[in-house]
Amino acid sequence: MKPFDYVRAGSAQEAVRAGAEGRFLGGGTNLVDLMKLEIERPDKLVDVSRLATEEIEDGDDGLLVGAGVSNSALAGHPLVRERYPLLSTALLSGATQQLRNKATVGGNFLQRTRCQYFYDVFRACNKREPGSGCDALDGINRFHAILGASEHCIAVHPSDMAVAMAALDATVETLKPDGSTRSIPARSLHRLPGDTPHIDHVLEAGELITHVVLPASPPKRQLYRKVRDRSSYAFAVVSIALALDLQDGRLANVSIALGGVAHKPWRAERAEGILEDSRPDAELFANAADAELAHAVGHGHNDFKIDLSRRLIVAALRDLSESKREIAA
Amino acid sequence: MYPVSLDVNGKTVSAEVDARTSLLDLLRETLGMPGSKKGCDHGQCGACTVIVNGVRINSCLSLAVSHDGDAVTTVEGLADGESLSPLQKAFVSHDAFQCGYCTPGQLCSATALLDEIKRGEPSVVTDGKVTLNEEEIRERMSGNLCRCGAYNNIVDAILSVAGEPA
Amino acid sequence: MNQQDSRKWIGQPLDRVDGPAKVTGQATYAADYRGNSPAAIGFIVEAGIGKGRIVSIDTRAAEASDGVLLVLTHQNAPEQAPFGSHDDAGRFGQSHAVLENENVKYHGAPVAFVVAETLEQARHAAHLVSVRYDQQPGVFDAEAHEDKATKPDSLDGADQADKEVGHFEPAFEKSAVTVEAEYHTPSQHASAMEPHATVAEWSDGKLTVHMAVQIIADARKGFANTLKIEPGDVRIVSPFIGGGFGSKLGIHNEAILAALAARELDRPVRVAQTRRNLFANGPHRTAHRHRLKLGADADGRLQAVSHDSLAVMSRGYPFAEAAGGLTQSSYAAEAIRMSHRIVEANVPKVDSMRAPGEAIGTLVFESAIDELAERCGIDPIEFRLLNEPETEPGSGKSFSTRPLARCLREGAAKFGWQSGVVRPGMKRDGRWLIGHGVAAAIRPNNIEPAGAEASLARDGRLTLSLDMTDIGTGTYTILGQIAAETLGMDTGAVEVRLGDSDFVETCGSGGSFGAGSTGTAVQQACDSIRTDILARAARIDPDWSGVNSADLTIDGDRVSVGDRSLALGDILDAVGGEAFRAKSHIKPGDAHKTMAQYSYGALFAEVGVDADTAEIRLRRLLGVFDAGRILNHKTAHSQLMGGMIFGIGAGLLEESLMDMRYGAFMNRDLAEYHIAVNRDVPRLEVHMLEGFDEHSNPLGSKGIGELGICGTGPAIANAVYDATGHRARKFPIHIEDVLPAVARLTKGNAASR
Repeated sequence: MKPFDYVRAGSAQEAVRAGAEGRFLGGGTNLVDLMKLEIERPDKLVDVSRLATEEIEDGDDGLLVGAGVSNSALAGHPLVRERYPLLSTALLSGATQQLRNKATVGGNFLQRTRCQYFYDVFRACNKREPGSGCDALDGINRFHAILGASEHCIAVHPSDMAVAMAALDATVETLKPDGSTRSIPARSLHRLPGDTPHIDHVLEAGELITHVVLPASPPKRQLYRKVRDRSSYAFAVVSIALALDLQDGRLANVSIALGGVAHKPWRAERAEGILEDSRPDAELFANAADAELAHAVGHGHNDFKIDLSRRLIVAALRDLSESKREIAA
Repeated sequence: MYPVSLDVNGKTVSAEVDARTSLLDLLRETLGMPGSKKGCDHGQCGACTVIVNGVRINSCLSLAVSHDGDAVTTVEGLADGESLSPLQKAFVSHDAFQCGYCTPGQLCSATALLDEIKRGEPSVVTDGKVTLNEEEIRERMSGNLCRCGAYNNIVDAILSVAGEPA
Repeated sequence: MNQQDSRKWIGQPLDRVDGPAKVTGQATYAADYRGNSPAAIGFIVEAGIGKGRIVSIDTRAAEASDGVLLVLTHQNAPEQAPFGSHDDAGRFGQSHAVLENENVKYHGAPVAFVVAETLEQARHAAHLVSVRYDQQPGVFDAEAHEDKATKPDSLDGADQADKEVGHFEPAFEKSAVTVEAEYHTPSQHASAMEPHATVAEWSDGKLTVHMAVQIIADARKGFANTLKIEPGDVRIVSPFIGGGFGSKLGIHNEAILAALAARELDRPVRVAQTRRNLFANGPHRTAHRHRLKLGADADGRLQAVSHDSLAVMSRGYPFAEAAGGLTQSSYAAEAIRMSHRIVEANVPKVDSMRAPGEAIGTLVFESAIDELAERCGIDPIEFRLLNEPETEPGSGKSFSTRPLARCLREGAAKFGWQSGVVRPGMKRDGRWLIGHGVAAAIRPNNIEPAGAEASLARDGRLTLSLDMTDIGTGTYTILGQIAAETLGMDTGAVEVRLGDSDFVETCGSGGSFGAGSTGTAVQQACDSIRTDILARAARIDPDWSGVNSADLTIDGDRVSVGDRSLALGDILDAVGGEAFRAKSHIKPGDAHKTMAQYSYGALFAEVGVDADTAEIRLRRLLGVFDAGRILNHKTAHSQLMGGMIFGIGAGLLEESLMDMRYGAFMNRDLAEYHIAVNRDVPRLEVHMLEGFDEHSNPLGSKGIGELGICGTGPAIANAVYDATGHRARKFPIHIEDVLPAVARLTKGNAASR
């Protein structure tokens, strides 16, 4: 770990003023991990873990969640369990209680890939070292992307929470060093790799996530399902966040996000389009899944993820449309 | 170097730390408390689990400098003097360890787990009301690897303590 | 001597005597040791290529970095005996030289070693060392270089690399039913929770090492042979070891680096390998290709069995696993053949991991047996019973005991086994496809030379001292039980001191031989004390002559036989001496040569396979085991459970993935190398048969630590077949392996097309 200056910010404003030349430290569960390996080498850490961003407030515009709220606090919040159960499940499907107690909402969005070529400094990785190449393309790539990847990077985003946030159409609120703020749809926070895979997201240098807003009236049927090798404490092979309503026997407000398949939480817009306002049946589900995965590409070890994703989409749609459980209005 | 002052197992301690020092290394190296163990140093095994301000965390991934003013409980602080805590006793009688290396982390996790249940914090296997049962314990203890495979006995030890009148 | 009559302590499910220390954080593992002067901290700089030469190495930035005391490279490393020399001391005792020259032997090998005042300083400075390489093509993959395969000079766990009993080819040819299959088992890392760690300090030319190691005496030789000093000038201290599983049998790179640097700096040096380090600087089980051919007659009687294995051997480090060894001992057949081939490769040390040979051998062999039983139209348990041998098939030797059939029958009853030919895909529970599977476990029983020293003080306190280790196996506890039972005393009056080369040499922990070997040595030393007490007592009081030594008891500071009673102090005062002392040394009996000795088990698994996603989850796992006499039912139960969980890993989780372009293991952490977590493990059902193998040792015990892993993986694999129709050909079994079979089974469901 490279020596660095440590400052504790007293406010978000102070943090962004100090943060332009450094990195923000939230829970640190991913940043410190990568700093020990000198994959991340900041000169300065701005500790934002004790900012007054730990509140969760309910309002007309939705649920306002401070970026410093821990993953476990968010998952266990009564309103989240009641109104956004897929988010609670997604959070609780990730990592462990110890990590969730430390990891923050803001930090969870910004965690970096688990690609082992990113972690091994001796290997070529355009994300770690732009221009060096991608050893995962022809390497061990069982966990890698099948959608939206490029010849420069096939890494996937490892978060469960971000997948849920994308499906719920949450909004990420930020503060920039110049004091201005902006709202970014969670589904648009992360980027596809293209030829600049070292850039994970659309935030500018020194821009701080201050809050996340969850819409006031999410769909009433929600599900998060994670496929993984171990039954706990494992990153997703593939995961799905699904939300929808059933109105007069037809699907409405269908929202699907896939995890573990792309450089970002993957909103399945093609599938959503086919499903919206249709009567649920097996053939429809299969068509929607097929449409979404029509352009999926495997890289060898991860070829199976295409069929697995298709099966997962279909199963999730089946289970949720047949479910008797709806969240209270 | 940065000054930090913490409450560790009920005692106030102060130290000057390198900003790079983890809470785990502060405990083990600076404060001379090697009970908390380093199994991976990357939050992937749970051997370093300690309780900070009432919740369990991986002390290896947490910078000591960020814990100024915090209250930390380690395995060295679980017993009441010579008298082992109910969980410590149950771990011995249920043979909830073999080599013992993961045990400090398992015990801190288990201690915090019982409080999490009391506070009604859900896990991914919770369906509705939070109650303590085998499945809940298995899920909630999955952040503490045990290579010797004492998992069943760890579950039994925790169940035996949870079953005791408070 | 008739130990079967006296059962006061041996077998009792006593709590571990080291339990209170372990639950309070007071047990000191290697990296917890704090000496009188603060240790400097070392950090390994690893090679970034698999084979080649260091062209240049620039340590200036590292040396100038804050707190750095020393940077060792091949250019300034002190002289050592060449790696591999002193091979007469075995692979653990041979030279383990590091930083020898500019040649890189394997990916991740140390190319420099940075020592600083603190870990933070050493770790950062290690990243400042800059190395330029001349990379050369390496050999990493046995199958790709099969043309270079040779027969290994020696094989761990079998006398011969190649063996044929009867004539395999004709027997196979005439078989009515056959299975011919190729299997792959992966590289694995033992992944003990405690990373290898060493604290080395020198004083007057003598080296003291606090380290995590399973066999102290071999480690001592390893240091002496590498550093060109006398074994007597090396002291090893290892009171607590955070798991071994074979990975700490010998010494590894961090140990020698610490010793070299400590001598250079004339101050203690501590180094704990990082978890990533361990995947190259610790040993591993290597990947194997197995080709199996099995033939049976129409009635299901085995005719022909062959097992050919291919794997890499780490160049200069002679170890090969006897994957096919158990074909010689499992089932009767007219002809049995095995062969083992190795390819010398530029890979990190390949070495023993829990149950070398049988762990991977049973995985594939017991899978193939299940397949053959199915093809013969016979229930898999019936098939095994039908082919029970009367003598060991490979040698013709008598078995010391052979309760495998009993394990299978009792296990079937306890599990609720539904007899019949396997018909996959017939059981459902909601969204889960359910399967049941069975497999046999077999593991050679060994005894190794061991000594022990016992000292009984006048106050009636007994001290045992031996260089044995307790790697979590319960040695501290069972040795106390054996001693207390032999001397008719309370276990609380026994102090067991282990893990120090100042004590009598033993075999250490490994190969499941530790408890039986050192337990026998302890029993013999205590037996000598008992004899000594009676002989001396008889000199004081003739009424003590000729009494039965087995009736002797010690209570407090008094010794009694029947109604005779004397104070120990009075005996010592009368005949002289401060304490009763005895040393023992035991060797394996002839029955270890003349008879076939094994521990046995039968494993039963129930899996659920998700009909949508093909995720495999273990729902039940039951084992019935025979390991002779059980020395402590509590710790033995734990040992078996631990082995079974290793078996779950072998079946479903664990694999070290090497990128064969570079010879580099890629999943070098515990987030990507999956060992079972708590939730992966259902309530394990463990049953131990009451046994006593008089041919094994006077205690009647047999090895237990590696038994549970054997048979568990294949029981799971056979259950996966029962659930899905997928026959595993590679391990661990992953989602993608069973997905096609699940898709076929669920055709017509929404998720399948």
